Amino acid sequence: MDTQIFLLLAQDALTNSAIYVLLAMATILIFGVTRIIFIPQGEFVSFGALTLAILQNGAVPGTVWLMLILAVVAAIMEVVRLLRAEAGREIPTALVKTLLPPLAIAGIVYVCAPLKLALGWQVLLSIMIVTMLGPLIYRVAFRPLADATVLVLLIAAVAVHFALVGLGLLFFGAEGVRTPAFSEAQIDLGFLTVPGQNIWVYATSITLILLLAFFFGRTMYGKALRAVAFNRNGARLVGISPSLAGTLAFALAAAIGSLSGVLIGPITTIYYDSGFLVGLKGFVSAIVGGLASYPAAAAGAILVGVVESYSSFWLSAYKDVIVFTMILPVLLWLSLKSVHFEEEE
Amino acid sequence: MSERLLTVRDLNVRYGKVEAIYRASLNVDRGTIVSVIGPNGAGKTTLLNAIMGVIPSKGTIDFCGADIGRTITEQRVAKGMCLVPETRELFSQMSVADNLELGAFTRYRRGDKGIRQSLDMVYELFPRLLERRGQLAGSLSGGERQMLALGRALMSQPTLLMLDEPSLGLAPLIVREILHNISNLRTTGVSILLIEQNARAALQISDYGYVLENGDIAMEGPSRELASDPKVIESYLGMGVSGHDKDS
Repeated sequence: MDTQIFLLLAQDALTNSAIYVLLAMATILIFGVTRIIFIPQGEFVSFGALTLAILQNGAVPGTVWLMLILAVVAAIMEVVRLLRAEAGREIPTALVKTLLPPLAIAGIVYVCAPLKLALGWQVLLSIMIVTMLGPLIYRVAFRPLADATVLVLLIAAVAVHFALVGLGLLFFGAEGVRTPAFSEAQIDLGFLTVPGQNIWVYATSITLILLLAFFFGRTMYGKALRAVAFNRNGARLVGISPSLAGTLAFALAAAIGSLSGVLIGPITTIYYDSGFLVGLKGFVSAIVGGLASYPAAAAGAILVGVVESYSSFWLSAYKDVIVFTMILPVLLWLSLKSVHFEEEE
Repeated sequence: MSERLLTVRDLNVRYGKVEAIYRASLNVDRGTIVSVIGPNGAGKTTLLNAIMGVIPSKGTIDFCGADIGRTITEQRVAKGMCLVPETRELFSQMSVADNLELGAFTRYRRGDKGIRQSLDMVYELFPRLLERRGQLAGSLSGGERQMLALGRALMSQPTLLMLDEPSLGLAPLIVREILHNISNLRTTGVSILLIEQNARAALQISDYGYVLENGDIAMEGPSRELASDPKVIESYLGMGVSGHDKDS
């Protein structure tokens, strides 16, 4: 391996890491707030890229229909819940809250799709559609199970994953897509050419990390999400409802996922089921952070990116095997470390 | 007579087949401190948790003139109830300031502008929290934690503050300080429902008292009368006091 290849692989590693960091953060966020190990995180990635590809063709993507169907189901569930709680007066407000945002987004997409707006607007529309899916999936699939064990929630998450992959095939077909790059510019460092899209990935990832740090550290809702993750009972006693926090966490995770999707769309071909592997690698990174620590997860993401990139050079066929096998020593190390912590307390 | 704030009628709580609270009724008037005393396992904590909606119960709970029996905990917080549980339930990995700020979460959602002011008031009440505002809540001492729990509760500007064993596990000197703080809260207009093992102290700072035994209200009355009731003295105030009272 010469320096040129070494640098190219490093660049690959960095690009992938930047995406895994984002997905790892989304995974930790959802797990902390709702105790769900959210396997379908990767579906937000593929749905983001594929929705953008359909919008590029001037058509209304299938994800819009999924959003509307989920909204109707969520509305029915909400009405049933309120009737059971004998709070019929709250039904109109609840209906507006559940149905209005998805309907508004669907309306905007319906009007805008045939116009073939500039790429930036289409990216925004795609992120809006997929972000809306997050809270709806939470409402329909997970909120009824809010008090279930982590294992039950995981099984539900796996079910949601299969449902979404199946729907992905229905909406987008088996063909892979590549969306156009945000920028065709290249930066020539002399020894290495960095494509503009990679710069976009790095910049967006760093910006998003800083934004999230600000959100969790300085805003009331960010602190509330952390509070729920640290102490559910305490959070309820100050009036933070777990379902509100869950909705917010899912919206953030879906936004992060779809943003990652539109970012990598120009770099790699995305199929209806591509998100799964990408999401799992984000999950492995999150595991390195013990599903709790954001900085450790970021380190994990870099580790996963580097291992993946260099193993693809030497043992291309086994690169995923190597990345996922990494989880074993990490878990061993974490379990040794956590015993140590318990003794300290 | 002052205005009723909380009316609990025929409250029943069961844990499986076990009847933890049986037909308990109690009232709290605005601006008063009401204490519930009783032996371990009488159901005192259960009673507060049921009123807060943390555990399900049967019976009527009227708060500020509305039946809140069917609402969830978060809605009761928004209506002006606040519970400081025995376990405090602080956010130990977050700073003291963040804990206090989160206490005002429902007010923030309503767009309340007075949160800053309440924070200053809490710091004035508990200067030690101001000194430690940047520290993690988990690094505080027992007494400071109780102050933080009280402060966080006050940040929600409750009309009814429910305190579960505020003196539990604290050194006698700190107990006195905390109880002093609690009786001072009366001036802020908040009503307090207090549960204490330390029956003497509870009756000292409260206006009205209830004795809970085996999930049932066994006795009630103005605190001063309860404190001089021979049965209460014998069961809850200890021999020392009863002997002292006979002498005088």
